[in-house]
Parts: sequence; C-alpha cells; structure tokens
Amino acid sequence: MTKRKLKSPSDLEKLRQEILSKRDPKKSCITLCSGTGCRAYGSEKVVAAFQEEIRKQNLADEVDIRVTGCHGFCEKGPLAVIYPEEICYTEVNTEDVSDIVSQTMREGQIIDRLLYKDPNTGEKIIRESEIPFYKHQTRRIFGNNLKIDPKNIEDYIALDGYSALVRALFELTPEQVIDEVKKANLRGLGGGGFPTGIKWETTRNAPGEPKYVIVNCDEGDPGAYMDRSLMEGNPHSVIEGLIIGAYAIGSHEGFIYVREEYPLAVENTTIALDQARKYGFLGRNILGSGFDFDISIYRGAGAFVSGESSALTSVLEGKVGKPKPKYVHTAVSGLWEKPTNLNNVETWANVPPIINKGADWFASIGTEGSKGTKIFSLVGKVNNTGLVEVPMGMTLREVIYGIGGGIIKGKKFKAVQTGGPSGGCIPESLLDLPVDFDELTKVGSMMGSGGMIVMDEDTCMVDVARYFLSFLREESCGKCVPCREGIKRMLEILTDITEGRGKEGDIELLEEVSEVLRDASLCALGTTAPNPILTTIKYFRDEYEAHIKYKKCPAGVCKELIEYLIDLEQCTGCHRCVVNCPEEAITGEKKKGETYKIDQSKCIKCGVCLDVCKFDAVEVR
Amino acid sequence: MIVMPEIVIDGRRIEVDEGTTILNAAKELGVHIPTLCYHESQEPYAACRLCTVEIERNGRSKMVTACNYPLTEEIEVKTNSEKVRRTRKMIVELLLASCPNVKIIRDLAKEMGIEEPRFKKEDNDCILCGLCVRTCSDIVGVEAISFVGRGVDSEVDTPFRVASDACICCGCCAYICPTGAIEIEEKDGVREIKKLHASQPLERCKVCGNYFAPKVQIDWMAKQLNQPRENFMVCPTCKP
Repeated sequence: MTKRKLKSPSDLEKLRQEILSKRDPKKSCITLCSGTGCRAYGSEKVVAAFQEEIRKQNLADEVDIRVTGCHGFCEKGPLAVIYPEEICYTEVNTEDVSDIVSQTMREGQIIDRLLYKDPNTGEKIIRESEIPFYKHQTRRIFGNNLKIDPKNIEDYIALDGYSALVRALFELTPEQVIDEVKKANLRGLGGGGFPTGIKWETTRNAPGEPKYVIVNCDEGDPGAYMDRSLMEGNPHSVIEGLIIGAYAIGSHEGFIYVREEYPLAVENTTIALDQARKYGFLGRNILGSGFDFDISIYRGAGAFVSGESSALTSVLEGKVGKPKPKYVHTAVSGLWEKPTNLNNVETWANVPPIINKGADWFASIGTEGSKGTKIFSLVGKVNNTGLVEVPMGMTLREVIYGIGGGIIKGKKFKAVQTGGPSGGCIPESLLDLPVDFDELTKVGSMMGSGGMIVMDEDTCMVDVARYFLSFLREESCGKCVPCREGIKRMLEILTDITEGRGKEGDIELLEEVSEVLRDASLCALGTTAPNPILTTIKYFRDEYEAHIKYKKCPAGVCKELIEYLIDLEQCTGCHRCVVNCPEEAITGEKKKGETYKIDQSKCIKCGVCLDVCKFDAVEVR
Repeated sequence: MIVMPEIVIDGRRIEVDEGTTILNAAKELGVHIPTLCYHESQEPYAACRLCTVEIERNGRSKMVTACNYPLTEEIEVKTNSEKVRRTRKMIVELLLASCPNVKIIRDLAKEMGIEEPRFKKEDNDCILCGLCVRTCSDIVGVEAISFVGRGVDSEVDTPFRVASDACICCGCCAYICPTGAIEIEEKDGVREIKKLHASQPLERCKVCGNYFAPKVQIDWMAKQLNQPRENFMVCPTCKP
C-alpha cells in the first residue's frame, strides 16, 4: 500500500495503473465470502484454513486469497469462488479446504460435490454467474462486493474507484452534479422514495452554515440486511458517494450513522475512512481540488425509530432518538438546526456510477417513476434466500420464482410482505405486480428499505399481522398518542383474535384505529404501522372471519384454535411421537397404530409430534 | 414581517405574522382547539395530537397538528370537520382506556359523546405529555426528571428511580401536569413528591413564620442569582 497522499487526479491515475500492473488477471484467486451471514456459518475458520493450506502446499506465490463482503447468496454460504475460471463452491467448510487447494487450485479439477445443484432441474452449475439466483439479477451496485476486500482501498481503486469523485471535483460544478442526479431521477432507496437530486438542491439552497451530509445505516427491519452488506462489503462506494454529495451540496462535514449491532460494518467503515483520509480522498484540499471534507462515524444504539430522519439527527446531537414534531424538512433544518442532507446507504452507493456513466445510463433501466435497481433481502419460505439486486419494475413473480427458486418443499405461495414491519402483505393474485415505489404503494404496501418476506400456505395471516404489530409496539418511541396507544390496542385486539377471543366488530375497530394512526401520528412509524393489518384484512379477510366467527385458524398456526390429532389409518405405531412428546400427552401401544391418541388436556400444541412423525399420521385441525 | 397570504380558518379570514401557528391564529379568532401537551410557556411538543386539524393547500387535504404548524402561505384550515372530529374522538377514546379515572380525560370524553372506551381499561394517570419533563429542563433548568424505560412502556421518573440530587422540590412538575398525576404533600415542615422520590424540609417565612418553600430551592435560587440567601426568605404573601 502506498504511503503517499494523492495530491491530484493524475496521482490517482498513476496509482491505479501501478495497482493494475501488479495484478495478473490470469493468476488464480480464491474469493471467500466473509459477510456477517457467512461468518455465522463459520467462514472465518474457512478463511484461516485456506491460508494455512496454501502455505502448506507452497502455493502462496501462485494464489491470491481475497476475503470479501457478502456475495448475496446467503442460503448456500460460506461461498468460495475461484477466479479466473469463476468456479463457485457452496456451503464450504474447513474439511473441504485441502481438496479445493490440491484438486482445484493445483490441478484445475472441479469438485462436483461442492457445486451448486439446481433443485428444480438437478443440474450442477460451475460458474457463479450461471446460477439462476445470480443470473436473473442486475448487480450494478452489489456486484462489486465479490471483487473487493473491503479492508483494502486498493481493491476499490483498481475497479475505477474514486474516478467519479475526480470527475465531479474537476469537471463538474456542484450544480451540474445535482442536475445529473436529478436527471437520473434517483430516489431515496431507504424507503421514502423522495427524489434525491431535489433533496440535495433544497439543502444546498437552504440558508444556514455549516451544512451536513449523513449516511443512514440504521437499517432495522426484521430480515433486512442490504445496507449492512454494502457497508461491510464495499464501504468506499458509499464514502465516495457521500463526498460527491457533500461537494454538490456545499458541506464540509459528514457522518456515517451505523448501528452498533453491525460490528463488522463499523469495523470496515472505520478502516475505510482511515484509508480514504491517508490517500487524500478526505480532509483538506481533496486531490488538490481545494474542496475540504471529512467524515465521522457514529455508532447508534440501535432503535428502529432512530432511522427516522429527525430522530437520527437527535441521536447525533446526543439526545434520545425520538422524532421531532416539525413541518420543516431536515434538508432545511436538521442536525443542530442546520441544513442537513440524509440519504441511506444504497442511495449514496448509486451516486458514483451515476456521475461516471451518466444519468441516461442510470435511467436506462427501471420504470417510468422508479429508475435503476433496488437491492432486496429475499427471505422466508423461498428456496434461495439472500440479497438480490434487480431492475425496478421486475415482477414479484420473477423475483420469487426466477431468482428465489420458488417456495420451499414445493408448497403453495400465500403472500409476500414487502417494506419491513410496516409494509403490507401482497397476495398471489398480485404476483405479476412490477416492483417499484409507486406500484407497491398502490396495493397498500411499500418499498421500504427492501425487505421481502415470502410466506407459504402454512402461514396464518392474522398471526403475521399480530407479529408485526408486536414488533412495532416494541419499537414505537412512545411519544405520540395515536402510535403509542393505537398500536398497543391494535395488538391487543389481534392477540384476542388469534387466541380465540375475537368478537364481532373487531375488524371494523381495527380499521377505525388504523385510519387515525395514518392521519394523526407524528412520524412514519405510526402512519405506516396499520399497513400489515389493513393489507391482511383486505386480501385475507376470510382468515380473520374464520378466527372470529368459527374460532378456527385455517393455516393451523394459532395454538388456541387448533388441535393435534393422530390419523389412525396412517399411524404405524412407531412410537416416535410418544417418546418425543414433552408433556406425555400421547399414549398408544407399540406397533398398534389404531391405539394412539393425544390427550387434549395435556397437549401444549408444541408441534413436536408433527415434526417427528415419518408417516404423516399427525394432523392439525 | 407582516405578510398577507390568504389564511382562512373555519371559513373566516385572518391576517397573521408569518410563522404564527394555527393554534395561535385560531385563538385570535376565538376558535377553540383542544390541547393536552401544549403549554404557552414552552415549545410545541405535538405529542398528544389532540389539536389535529385538517388543512387544504394547493387543492390537497392533509391532517396536521395546530400547535406547531406554521402559517406561511395560502391555506384553508378546518378545525371541526368530520374527519377532525373522528380523529380527536379516537385519540380521546384511546386515552380514556388508558386513564379512565383522570378528570380532564373524562371531561373530554363526555364532551365528545364517548361513554365507555371499546378497549380494555387500564388505570394510569400519566399520559406522557412530557410537560413536567420539559418544564423541569427548559423552564426550571434542573433536569431532575425524564422519561425512563422504553417506548410504549416509558414513564416519567428520576434517573434509576431514586431521589435525585438535582431536584429542588419546587413542584413545577406538579403544577403543570394536566392530569394530576404528580401530587405534592406538605406535612410537618416537609414537602414530599412521592412519585418522584423527593422529600425536602421547608423554610419558614421570615415575616409570617409559615412554611413556604423547600430549603434546597432557596439555596438554588440564591446560587443561581448570586445573591445572599437572606433575600429569598420572605413568602409571596408577605412580600411587599
């Protein structure tokens, strides 16, 4: 790594050539995913094993190891991709390492057992980009995660990193930068969907100095982790975007707000900021342009509501993260009541490519109102879970079936929940909906930050609404009455319905409270909190009615409303249920299937019998 | 600066300084908008949402809180539309379920025709309007109390729920509380605010000899104003 500070664009170009000249594209390189997801699978041990094995086999000079951030295909982690052939091995553990080094790295042989097998066709796939999960994506923003060691700025520079900054600082005026972003029609990808260029312009034109720019990495939706993975895997793309934005807006001080629960993101961002400073991308007179700008990292204490702009600025001011009541935008009066531009991680990461390749390139994909791509975290009852980046306007069906590989165990799709806890549940009849900001809002859901939770036929939609409301009850800041009291009461009613105490009028009361939350809550947490309820009532009203009128849970989820029974015709008397029942509620004589029964007074409906039965002899009614 | 955008409240035109809130403009017209968390001594907090009104701007209707919405442009305000009444009624019903025995809430409920809340009744007396907390920090300036706990389960209390060294037992919190959730007791020369773990001996008036203010409060005032303690030893009744 260089020790010199880059003082001009030509210094940067020289360095880039120097880095590239040292890199041989034909040299073998093993890329190991080490995002938080793969780390949970033990990828750090795999990395150590590779280092050891390569040393042992004396391959250190012939093979590079690159430890990267998240590749996205978390379902199959830890992932190892060997370049230049792009051989992708999935679910790699430490025992596989010596085989990979001796057979693939040394002999060029492919190890069949580690390849991805398409569950639908049975075909084994060698190249990562040929795997259906990746093939149908458009990885403009997320794709570089595969090519970068986030702890090494030179990997980013090698991929044209910071060239957009050079273009902005030396070829464009701040107004031209804003115009480019406006022309691209980039919209806030944290969920708000507000046009980014207009927000920048408002902050630039707002009276008051200094002006601040902020990266919002307070991602808190259950099951969503795209911002974390970008921040962990490619922090410089976000930092470069932020510097360009600061130049356009006229700000000299920026903050990256990362939640403390993202330790790897905090670590990699801290390292990236230090390196950017050492190389001269931050600080005084950046690359000799005369523009000064620096960034501090702020570690948030993780509350969902802190991601709201006025709550987030409160936290930066050292106060409790509660939204402020205001009819003046943060862009005009934000942090310390100064003009403040806040965008989320993914929005900032889109800025460098827009400046480099132009607004027309950016807007060449997408729908009329939503341009470019969006990263979703595809989770739930879908075969291929992970992070997916798709063009705006791709249909839900293409995402869930094309990329996600359909529903686990071939079950029936029931709903997909988009937009995080205060998003809505979208039914099968709307699977061909093109996913963009406006279409999702039209059906009662929202883009949110990009969570996408797939649910199958075994999901109870009333219970889903209850779950999301219980999350929101925990995360409401408690300041305004509609949100604090309204969510509490809606959760009470939903709990009553799922536990068999639902009564006539409950649905209407839920709708009535919902309307007031939408109209009168202080911040978006409250105004969007009714979405899970209203969409499930709208699309799955029959399930509510079954719970309320007939005290039945059609999906067999709500414990108070179901019974486990032995199907005497199927039962073989294997006794597994009897052995495993924690309450000794099941009796029967071994090998005499017809004698088995469950004592309902003892049964706690834990479902163990159903899970252990190999003969489909336990049913839920 | 005096500007004259067309501002209409409930069908009546009014001219106000730019930035005047809807609540204050309505007050000038004699239009009553109910509030709970608002007090003229303090910045609007906009938490109870009881002052929600409907505005129409550029042909679009929106619900806003009157206490902090600044009037800057042509606008029509409806303080008593059906939607406004429905919203306020639900807010009061929610509060009534939480605090069924608080007078100000019961009165509001009665006014709006709510007999019984449709939600399970609790027995709270605090509506978390924050007036006590804000008074303690912004008006008195001692910051002895704050919200403790998290979100829906927040309560007003001292740090760690023990007697606070910062508290001067002045009683402003109790004075400003709209629901009577904070009570002051005075007995045998001692002032007690049980809810906030405060108990302080009182000073006697130099003239009439009656107890009138906590000794710590007099110490604090003398220190704040850099004057001898002696200057604060006369009760308000005896003060010339």
